[in-house]
Amino acid sequence: MALLTRLAEGDRPALDFTLDGKPAIGLLGDTLLTAVLTCSEHLRGSDFSAEPRAGFCLMGACQDCWVRLGDGRRVRACSTLLEAGQQVIREPGRQL
Amino acid sequence: MKPVAIIGAGPAGIRAAQTLVAHGVYPILLDEAARGGGQIYRQQPANFKRSPAKLYGFEAHKASALHQTFDALREQLDYRPDTLVWNAEAGLLDTLHEGRVARVEYASVIVATGATDRILPAPGWTLPGVYSLGAAQIALKFQGCAIGERVVFAGSGPLLYLVAYQYARAGAKVLAVLDSSPLSAQARALPGLLAQPATLAKGLYYRAWLTSHGIAVHQGASLSRIDGERRVQSLKWRNAKGEQALDCDAVAFAHGLRSETQLADLLGCEFSWSHLNRAWLPQRDPAGRSSVPGVYLAGDGAGIMGADAAEIAGERAALALLEDLGYLVDPQRCAQLEQSLERIGRFRQGLERAFVLPTDWAAHAADDLMICRCEEVSAGEIRQVVGEGHWEINRVKAHCRVGMGRCQGRMCGAAAAEIIASESGRPVGEIGRMRAQAPVKPLPFGLEIEP
Ligand SMILES: Cc1cc2nc3c(=O)[nH]c(=O)nc-3n(C[C@H](O)[C@H](O)[C@H](O)COP(=O)(O)OP(=O)(O)OC[C@H]3O[C@@H](n4cnc5c(N)ncnc54)[C@H](O)[C@@H]3O)c2cc1C
Ligand code: FES
Repeated sequence: MALLTRLAEGDRPALDFTLDGKPAIGLLGDTLLTAVLTCSEHLRGSDFSAEPRAGFCLMGACQDCWVRLGDGRRVRACSTLLEAGQQVIREPGRQL
Repeated sequence: MKPVAIIGAGPAGIRAAQTLVAHGVYPILLDEAARGGGQIYRQQPANFKRSPAKLYGFEAHKASALHQTFDALREQLDYRPDTLVWNAEAGLLDTLHEGRVARVEYASVIVATGATDRILPAPGWTLPGVYSLGAAQIALKFQGCAIGERVVFAGSGPLLYLVAYQYARAGAKVLAVLDSSPLSAQARALPGLLAQPATLAKGLYYRAWLTSHGIAVHQGASLSRIDGERRVQSLKWRNAKGEQALDCDAVAFAHGLRSETQLADLLGCEFSWSHLNRAWLPQRDPAGRSSVPGVYLAGDGAGIMGADAAEIAGERAALALLEDLGYLVDPQRCAQLEQSLERIGRFRQGLERAFVLPTDWAAHAADDLMICRCEEVSAGEIRQVVGEGHWEINRVKAHCRVGMGRCQGRMCGAAAAEIIASESGRPVGEIGRMRAQAPVKPLPFGLEIEP
């Protein structure tokens, strides 16, 4: 199930990427947050309770949207644009 | 000679840049965002097609004017998008661009860093599907998405009705608007709001449009809790008549905005308590001079006044900077700009009265309410530290880590202050000011340093 719903700008080229190793599709111009949350329900697990988080501010302030990329980089999903072939990995978080 | 730097390419930063360029200065403009425009006039990605009217509604002409000004300036300044300023000190800014850090030397700097939502949390606010009001607007404006299929908007402030209206217009299902300000507050605020009848009219229009389209608007209504298994499934809210439940899959809430003041703090600017903003703000004179020579402040980053004021303040601060460097500036224009700012200031007072911060929020916050979403610090843990005799906010932070997480208190700072004040029986202006620390946002590991 998706968290976000697309309302406009649907006629953009599709971009393939992988989410936790499984194939997924986003659109050119999507942020990683949009691409992930239009096909699933969370972005990361909290570092203190492992509860699912899906970002909160979308403006680079809350830092609750970091994901890992295949090349090892960690990026803020709300302010990073999706690129074709990207491997997006959601971190499960930790339980204290 | 060292250059003049501007931090932030929103309405304030762009007008400041334009003014400097008009006087023959070649400034550096640093902005964390990929495209100019700031928050209100944020641009969608280049391959999106919606018209300015669709994106910005009544403000479309202002948005287009600002974007055009900016495009025309491009060759006449050193514009650096995707560039975070993560530290600032006398004469030096530390930046991060595409994983590389660098230093920028400056002779004078205009800080125009804008604002983010002010958050007073409700239980369940970390569930997927709960976003700030600003976030809900960005999802739509910047990505063409709604935060869910059945959305509830809650809290207070001008963004509440605006974003609910924008969602409904874009075809989203808006279930309800829960405005925490009572109707009586809005009636009392009317005289101040009449200082800007056009803006007042827009606010009334949004609300009237919502009700005439069958969308429930409740006043004096607050979120009691948000529930769901791994994502939002329902919420409870209450008003004078009691508690009610609502099934929904998304919630957007906030209580107005808070200024992004970290860089002004690191630059050593003096702060004072603002009753109007209920926040500590860097001091600025009517022209935008801070307490530190060579450091100027403009726009919502130094106190919430909205987009029109940000444009005016950006120009005024740039003129002050030029004046201080010995340039000849038009004194009449300066006076005019300051008068406009004063008029908007009166309107702002009205707004703040119309959308009051719920002062009983802290008293109602249960001990298990999570205040800090980074480090998961609860209201009860903060209260316990206060119970041990601490009331100064940086002390409390040192003891229970509230405000110490990766957002540096951007999300929890206002709420933590309210809890500490209420628990220690002090006015919220008398518990001290949470200090900023560099880096103002987390830096990724394995940074490259530019030579
Ligand atoms: C999501 C949102 C929506 C809003 N919508 C409206 C609206 O519809 N109507 C209205 O009147 N007001 C709105 N506002 C209020 C808004 O703050 C002002 O109207 C206006 O955008 C203020 O202009 P500004 O230039 O002061 O700041 P902003 O427009 O916020 O611009 C600040 C710029 O500074 C940059 N920046 C901040 N910190 C750094 C840093 N450390 N390093 C590099 N760059 C940095 C940001 O990326 C941003 O581009 C909104 C605010 C938010 C947060
Ligand atoms: S959603 Fe808040 S920083 Fe990305």
